[in-house]
Amino acid sequence: MSSQASEEAQRNPRRPPKGAVGGSLVEGNYQDAFSLRRRPFAEKLVDNGFRWLTLLLAGIVAVVLTGIFFTVLQGAQEAIRSFGLTFLTTSAWDPVNNRYGAFTAIYGTLVSSLLALLVAVPLGLGTAIFITEDLIPPALREAIGLMVELLAAIPSVVLGLWAIFVMEPMIRPALELLHRLLGWMPLFSTVPQGPGMAPAVLILVVMILPIITAISRDALRQVPVELRQGAYGVGTTRWGAIMHIILPAAVSAITGGVMLALGRAMGETMAVTMIIGNSLNFSPSLLAPGNTIASLLANQFGEADGIQVSALMYAALILMALTFSVNVLARWVVRKLSLRY
Amino acid sequence: MSRSTLPSPSARPAFERHSLFFEPGLARNRWNRVFTGVAALFAGLAVLPLFLVLLYVLVQGGRLLSPQLLSQLPPAPSFDGGGIGNAIIGTVVVSLIASLIAIPVGVGGGIYLSEYAGRGWFPPFVRFGNDVLAGVPSIVCGVFIYGIIVATRLFFGQSYSAMAGGIALAVLMLPTVIKTTDEGLKLVPQEMRWGAYGVGASRFMTITRVVLPAALTPIATGVVLAIARAAGETAPLIFTALFSPFWPEGIFNPIATMSVLIYNFAIMPYEAQNALAWAASFVLVLMILAANLLARWLGRVSRQ
Repeated sequence: MSSQASEEAQRNPRRPPKGAVGGSLVEGNYQDAFSLRRRPFAEKLVDNGFRWLTLLLAGIVAVVLTGIFFTVLQGAQEAIRSFGLTFLTTSAWDPVNNRYGAFTAIYGTLVSSLLALLVAVPLGLGTAIFITEDLIPPALREAIGLMVELLAAIPSVVLGLWAIFVMEPMIRPALELLHRLLGWMPLFSTVPQGPGMAPAVLILVVMILPIITAISRDALRQVPVELRQGAYGVGTTRWGAIMHIILPAAVSAITGGVMLALGRAMGETMAVTMIIGNSLNFSPSLLAPGNTIASLLANQFGEADGIQVSALMYAALILMALTFSVNVLARWVVRKLSLRY
Repeated sequence: MSRSTLPSPSARPAFERHSLFFEPGLARNRWNRVFTGVAALFAGLAVLPLFLVLLYVLVQGGRLLSPQLLSQLPPAPSFDGGGIGNAIIGTVVVSLIASLIAIPVGVGGGIYLSEYAGRGWFPPFVRFGNDVLAGVPSIVCGVFIYGIIVATRLFFGQSYSAMAGGIALAVLMLPTVIKTTDEGLKLVPQEMRWGAYGVGASRFMTITRVVLPAALTPIATGVVLAIARAAGETAPLIFTALFSPFWPEGIFNPIATMSVLIYNFAIMPYEAQNALAWAASFVLVLMILAANLLARWLGRVSRQ
């Protein structure tokens, strides 16, 4: 680069600039080595063109985002007009009579993702603590961290396949036991018969565990070492320091990560579709087949026509609204609740 | 320490005296061990699924690995044999289309955010929009592409096509590529830019010849991870690229991909199809894990 510039300077050593700067500066020997020149038109054109090109490319993000919103909104228009807000509270899904309600799917989305979160947060946080505090040798810590990250890389559809053929038969005895012992509760009132909400929750746990672990690990690592040293200095135990000093200092980032994971769990499609049973009838039982908005879309969108497409778009709009609000809330939590230390 | 200087040794001490040596029997030390045990248990539970999934994918899928698996078409339902050759090609084609769209757009957008973005409402809006786009469920991406490309028959009157699938995957890849480019470029020391300006380089020259090469490895890492993720995505493809039991017939026709093949064949009641789903999982997981390890290696190289 520098050789280019000097070559350029040698080629036209004395191209007088239009401004007055050159005249006063250039004197004697300096003239050959440093002569100010205006940038050629072509160079300016490339420079500005590149700037506008990148601006345009960055703008594509905004275009795509608004495009998604308006495409789905426009597709949903018809269903919004005919069903209104009762779409959210009724659970009929009847293509023959063209009556649609998404309550079963919305309930399934919320329940499956919240339950998955309930299981995954302690597991992920515990794992993150285990691999950030020096409880085990660094090599082992790195290995566990790598394995959790590789778990995140496994495609959702492969996890679904595994859930159908391996996990579900494996956990069915446990679910049957649950039904025998707690069958009087509506939550466990049906006999487990393969696909259902409970296996779907477990596969969601597997899918969001890596996110929670990775974000918690980063959050814990960013806690200043002075806080830790101070805690140990006044004589606390390791877990005293973790519970009272380190976790409170990292809580905002961890909460943000947990909410991102919630958003991911709500939108997760394939593994859930393959194992949840895709029942259109509402059942409060976790052992019965259920449905989520994402799996409803995956199952029906290809073959739907007429107002059914519109109803599905309406459901997609609700899903977008749910994940959008969770993600925005996550950002807000991280920004507003972070401790200043 | 200063116990001897206490004014009245007979008075009740301000706090209880303990031995300064570690006493394993103390309640707090017992709790310490309990918590450590629980954390170890949780870490074990967290890595258990990886082992179980990999074990079954390797055993069930590896059994079928043969030249004919990679070179033949899938059999008709209820027939044995066959392979997943068309799906392997399809996954490569669709991921390639997605990369060809998402990488230039993403890297360009990332350059804007890191190098050009000044004050005003636009850059924060793009950053925010990028985060939101990253959070859009992949199935909704599929619905979007279905709405603007498949339903409107945008490409030569074709409805489902490999192109539509590739664009849907590009939408999914875009936020990752933008984010890693933006962050990778920010890691380049400001002095390098000043140096380039100092020897008379234009902004364009500085970015393309100095800043981008310096940030190449972090960007490449992000791109490889994004491609790996896109290759395994199913939800945006099931009603954009659809599926095809035949060899690919150009990018404006429906195309088979490994992920959709796994989905379709896993829920079929035929054992031959289920076995092919496992085999496809084996190939797909191997490709994706290899890409992830490559990305990690790139990351380590860049740090040295």
